[in-house]
This record gives sequence, structure tokens and C-alpha cells, in this order.
Amino acid sequence: MVNVSKIKEGIVIDHIRAGHGYKIFQQLGLDRLDGVVVLMRNVDSEKMGRKDLIKIESNLDLNLDVLGLIDPHVTINYIKDGERVNKLSLTPPQTVTGILTCKNPRCITNQEHITNVKFHLVDTATNQYACEYCDARTRL
Amino acid sequence: MFFYDQPRPRAEERKKERETTMLKDRNLIAPSDFTLEEIEDVLQLSERILEAPERYSAACRGKLMASLFYEPSTRTKFSFDAAMLRLGGNTLGFSDPNTSSTAKGETIADSARTIGKYVDLIVVRHPKEGTAKLMSRYSGCPVINAGDGGHHHPTQTLTDLLTIRHYKGNFNGLTVGVCGDLKFGRTIHSLVTCMARYENVRFRFISPEELTMPAFVKEELSAKGVAYTETTDLEGTIKDLDVLYMSRVQRERFISEEEYLRLKDYFILTADKMALAKSDMIVMHPLPRINEIATEVDDDPRAAYFEQVRYGMFVRMALIMKLLGAQEPA
Repeated sequence: MVNVSKIKEGIVIDHIRAGHGYKIFQQLGLDRLDGVVVLMRNVDSEKMGRKDLIKIESNLDLNLDVLGLIDPHVTINYIKDGERVNKLSLTPPQTVTGILTCKNPRCITNQEHITNVKFHLVDTATNQYACEYCDARTRL
Repeated sequence: MFFYDQPRPRAEERKKERETTMLKDRNLIAPSDFTLEEIEDVLQLSERILEAPERYSAACRGKLMASLFYEPSTRTKFSFDAAMLRLGGNTLGFSDPNTSSTAKGETIADSARTIGKYVDLIVVRHPKEGTAKLMSRYSGCPVINAGDGGHHHPTQTLTDLLTIRHYKGNFNGLTVGVCGDLKFGRTIHSLVTCMARYENVRFRFISPEELTMPAFVKEELSAKGVAYTETTDLEGTIKDLDVLYMSRVQRERFISEEEYLRLKDYFILTADKMALAKSDMIVMHPLPRINEIATEVDDDPRAAYFEQVRYGMFVRMALIMKLLGAQEPA
């Protein structure tokens, strides 16, 4: 069993669905962060069986839209002096811009360079979003 | 001071003014862009035009419409061009993208910006989904989607609605059978989701198992509490129908030629099958047909598909007038 000590100051992203931790790590650009970042995969969890977990020893401004898109069930714990001072649960954003790309090869957004394509949440159960141009459904 | 014996203060004029301007400068990209009230407004004007088209021969005099057909569609382009010319307006455009600046690599956004400076209205068909919406963002003038890939073809939906209403009086309580390629048929998806906005409409989806109605359409019907059934049996269902909407199995939607050949003649509407239908059922088809309606049905008074083409032109005349805010002749 690998042990990772508690962080004193920073953020713990908990209850990440097993296998999604690396995606969140990449999308949040944590590989470019100077501070200590730990990605733990397949951690035993009473609630989830297995989960991923990310500990960030820095008070960075998290892009909650990205997190809500990838896994709206994660919890975010803000830590100060080794204690949790705030806990956030996420809901998927209703509209996202600039994060998703349309996967429909027949969509005009895949022919023309269009910036800031909006995607609207259409299915909360599957976290699917519809492209504002072609209505094709996609998820991150 | 009040003059009670004078006419009400221009209530009628205000109503007419509101009807003229309600859709002015709007775009039509998807059927859902218009409310039922706005659709009704277009259909009512279409019916007035249908009764006396010559009255409208100068309604859009001095107006110019660009018809930009990035993929071939003789039928729809002719319908739009005929509609504008019959309103006294003019048209310009192309039906071969190789003759447009797109061939030089111009973007759709730049084409829209440029062409929008010349004309009052743009009609666009493009194989890529979402193109009409993109054009509407940059054109500075109203844009009508004349078909964007497998996505939307809203003026076909308006045509279908006008045809049904003309024959049936209204939409309430109708049982509508849609038959053929329900999986890829965009005109069918648009018509079904649009008609589902009216009360008490029931649907019978008749298709081979490989070409059933997609989940997103059925989900929308279920969410609205609209009744529908699915079957592969046209003969067993036709007796229940007030409207039978036939569709073509489209070769271009299939990757496998073998699969296309297997399914293309799955349903053929014949005089024998028509004998099982109600005497006032109507048969519709967005055309072109291949084999799905035998030519022997053409002479049946219930065959509405060629009249449907004519109504398509009238509904486009009405739509053009509405988007341009053209005054109705006195």
C-alpha cells in the first residue's frame, strides 16, 4: 500500500471515477504546475469500490467547468493548515465554450476554424452535450 | 376628447403591422426556430397566396435573394427561385460550388459577410451540418436553411405542414404514418418533432428494423407524452392512418451497397395497399421517389405528393415575404 501524506495547503479532488483521474490531470494542465501534485489511481473506496484522487499542494484557480464536464460527481476539498476549510460538490455546467470539440465529421465546425463553439447540456444522466451548430451529442 | 362613433383606433392596422413584422429579419435554420404562432402566421399567408398568387406578383419588387447551393438540388433551388420570381423579386446564386469563391478556399463566414452586402436574403444548402447557422451569424441579412447535410430542412417541414393542413383542415387528432427510412430521413425527423408540438397527434412508425426512428426523436415524443407505435407492417397499419408519409431509402446514407440494395424496396405502396386505406387518407412524399410508390398510385385522388411540391413554392413565397417584412397587397 502506497502512503501519501496529508497536504497542509491546497486542494484535494476526491471521488473521481476510477480511470478518470489522468484525464482530469491533463485537462487541468497539472503537468505544467510548479507545486507538488499527486495523482492516485485505483484507491480503495467504501462508497465507490475504487476511485482516483488528486492532491495539489497549491491554491490554484480550478476550472470547475472542466471538472464538471469530465466527472460531475467529484468533490473538491480546499485545505488550509492541514484542515479542510471548504468542500464543493459539482454540477455539470449548462453550457460550455472552448473545451469540447464536435465529433461529428459532417459538422461545419470540423471544416471551418470556428472559435468558441458552444455546447449545451442535453442529458444529465450521461453528461452529454449538443453542438450548437449540428446538435450532435458529445462528451469529454 | 373621445369620438366614440369613429372606428377603433387602428387596432386592425396594428394587428396587420404586427403580422408583417413578427418574422422580419429573422433566420429559419431549424423548424423549432419558429413558435407555433409564427408557423401559423406563415401557413395562413401561404393559403392566402395559394388562393390568388397573382395578387402577390409585386410583393418583393426590388428585393434580391442569393440562392447558394453548395450541393446539387434542382428541386429545392427551383422552388426557392420560382417563389422569389413570382413575388417580383430577383435571384442570383450558384448550384455548383466549383463556380464560387469557395473553390479558391474562401471560408463560409467570409462568403456570408460578402454576399450579405449584396442581397436582402440568403438561401443556402450545404453538405456540412450547421453551415446555415454559421452563415446567419455573419451575413447581416436573413438566412434560410435549404438543407444542411442530414441535419435540418425546415422549408420541407413547412411544406408538409401546409399540405396536411390544406387537406385535413388542422392537425388535431390526426394519425400520421411515416414509412421507409426513418433512421436517416431528416425531413421525417423534422416533421415528426414539429407535429408533436400540436395536440393529440399520433404516430405510426413503419420501417425495416435496420432503419427505425432514432432514439432522440422517440425521447422527444415520450417527453411530450405523444403516442407512437413502431412496426414493420405497412399493410396492417395503413387502415388506421389519416396521413401516410412515404420516404425514399437514400443510397448516399449507406456505406454498404449490399445493405442499400436489400432495403431499398422494402416498402412499395401499390394500388392494392391503397385499397386498404381510408377514403380520405392522403399520401405524401418529399420526392424524388424511386420505387417506394408505384406509379399506379399517382392517379389516386389521395396521392398528394405532386400537389405538395406546389405548396412548397407557396410556403416559400410566404416565408420570403415574412423574413423581408414585405407588405401584403391591399
